[in-house]
Amino acid sequence: MLRTQQLKFEYPEGNSFEFPDIQCGNNEHLLILGESGKGKTTLLHLLAGMLKPTSGDVVINETKTSLLAGSAMDKFRGNQIGIIFQTAHFVDSLSVIDNLILPQFLSGKIIEREKAKSILNRLNLSDKLNVKPGKLSVGEQQRVAIARAVINHPTLILADEPTSALDDLNAKEVIDLLEEQAKLTGASLIIVTHDKRLKDRFFKQVTL
Amino acid sequence: MNLLKLTWKNIVHKPMNTMLSIVLLSFGIGIISLMLLLKKQLGEKFDRNIKDIDFVLAAKGSPLQSILANVYHVDAPTGNIKVSEARRIIKNPMVEKAIPLAYGDNFQKFRIVGTNADYPNHYGCVVSDGKMFEQPFEATLGSEVARETQLKVGDTFTSTHGYDNAAEDDPEAHHHDKPFKIVGILEKSGSAIDNLILTTVETTWMVHEHGEQLTEEPHVHEEGDTTHIHDEEEPDREMTAYLILKRNKGAFGMLSKQTENTTMQLANVAVENSRLMNNFGIGLSTVTGIAIVITLLSFISIFISLFNSLKERKYELALMRTMGASRITLFRLLLQEGVVLVLLGYAAGIVLSRIGLNILGTMLEDSFKYDIKEMGIIPDELILLAVTLTVGVLASLLPAIKALRMDISKTLSNA
Repeated sequence: MLRTQQLKFEYPEGNSFEFPDIQCGNNEHLLILGESGKGKTTLLHLLAGMLKPTSGDVVINETKTSLLAGSAMDKFRGNQIGIIFQTAHFVDSLSVIDNLILPQFLSGKIIEREKAKSILNRLNLSDKLNVKPGKLSVGEQQRVAIARAVINHPTLILADEPTSALDDLNAKEVIDLLEEQAKLTGASLIIVTHDKRLKDRFFKQVTL
Repeated sequence: MNLLKLTWKNIVHKPMNTMLSIVLLSFGIGIISLMLLLKKQLGEKFDRNIKDIDFVLAAKGSPLQSILANVYHVDAPTGNIKVSEARRIIKNPMVEKAIPLAYGDNFQKFRIVGTNADYPNHYGCVVSDGKMFEQPFEATLGSEVARETQLKVGDTFTSTHGYDNAAEDDPEAHHHDKPFKIVGILEKSGSAIDNLILTTVETTWMVHEHGEQLTEEPHVHEEGDTTHIHDEEEPDREMTAYLILKRNKGAFGMLSKQTENTTMQLANVAVENSRLMNNFGIGLSTVTGIAIVITLLSFISIFISLFNSLKERKYELALMRTMGASRITLFRLLLQEGVVLVLLGYAAGIVLSRIGLNILGTMLEDSFKYDIKEMGIIPDELILLAVTLTVGVLASLLPAIKALRMDISKTLSNA
């Protein structure tokens, strides 16, 4: 499903990272652990095609994404990858439901409002449909972010420190949701984190 | 969901950010459009009144005043001239046509003008009801006069002395008893004739020179006329002015020479009118200049508000890229926001200028009987729209380019 080969990235300022080869099969869940400064976010951005590696390859579903250019990468990402960031960001001017259908619109898919509603239902957010995301609690925001990441049925879900800003209860809830949604959509899940609380939950782990 | 909806949501999400831009722009556009409308309306009005008239022969005084009084009918005449003297000029072969105008009375502040059929014919006026005046004390009403006084063909009225503005408490104002009979009403022509009551020149003479015989009350002449000779054989008749159409070029100098050593002067309509438009134009350009500055400020304000909102929204813009939006989509989104803002401001400005024109129009109608109301978009305003859109696009171009070139990885790592 996903594999990397001799992935290397060098920032123009001089910081450079070399990453171990990573493999993640279909429906597999992978935890990538690392301390601060080990290049966790850089790796996630490389996997998501938001950064181009200095050398080495990222292959997703037999597509060498490191070779995709510009808008082709944007399109690939929009269709195949759902991303969850450490702090959830939204388009502030849109309601929760509109933020959910935004990925459908931006990736050129048919807009299915009902699908967005049913996902929000499953995440116990059905009463927040028309609320602006800025009015939600941090935990709720992260749940909406998960809903948004899975709405396009991605084959790969990438999560960057999804729990580090949350307390134990919320963190557990978010990870449960992530696993559940990944299973439901049949997507592979890769979580990048330094959060030790997640160590025992994942069978497959890579440490940077 | 579409890009336009997204643009709109972004604009109304924080209305205060864009309010200043729109208000500034609408005022700037509103004033510019009002000036364009005024210039067009008054220019057309002037042209309709001038209608190929080359010179005005009237009593010595301000040439501009004699144009205002006899062509536009908005000022007092400069005085009277003698027909016997004027004859030397109007019979000159260089004169194609000379239309006589004799003022004297008014009815409910509408001027009664003694003239002949050449006058309405020159302006292409058509009788809509009844016929053109022919006999003394027959009157043909301009369309506005008929509309406001509600008089009809067959009705009669008596005139008040003075060419206009004769107030009830003016001791000079007195009524003449011999009634006028309305024989016709003219179609609207858009010229000053709409606000005039036309009759024969003889009528004006009869009302005034033989006023004593027609009425019992003593007759005082406003002009302090001491040369009031009643020569029954060849009465020295008076006229207020002649509107002259020249036959050939260079007529002005030759004819003007003949007015030397007389009480008359020849005023060149084109020269006086361009002087009038210049004076008027200075006012218009000053106001337009101020409006252009306001409009430029509004563009700077649009630029700044787009730039600030870009700073505020860079995470969500980067996020949209991770959801499949291309660089071009973000570029279009920002550009579209600028364009929608500019269109809103323009539309509000056009509405404002219509309101302004109607207020001004009502004021002008009261004082000058000038009807300048207009609701449609004039061609100059389409040019204004094109310029506004262009500058609007330019103002949003830099923020849009910044969105286009944004490094999403860097933006989201710092989140």
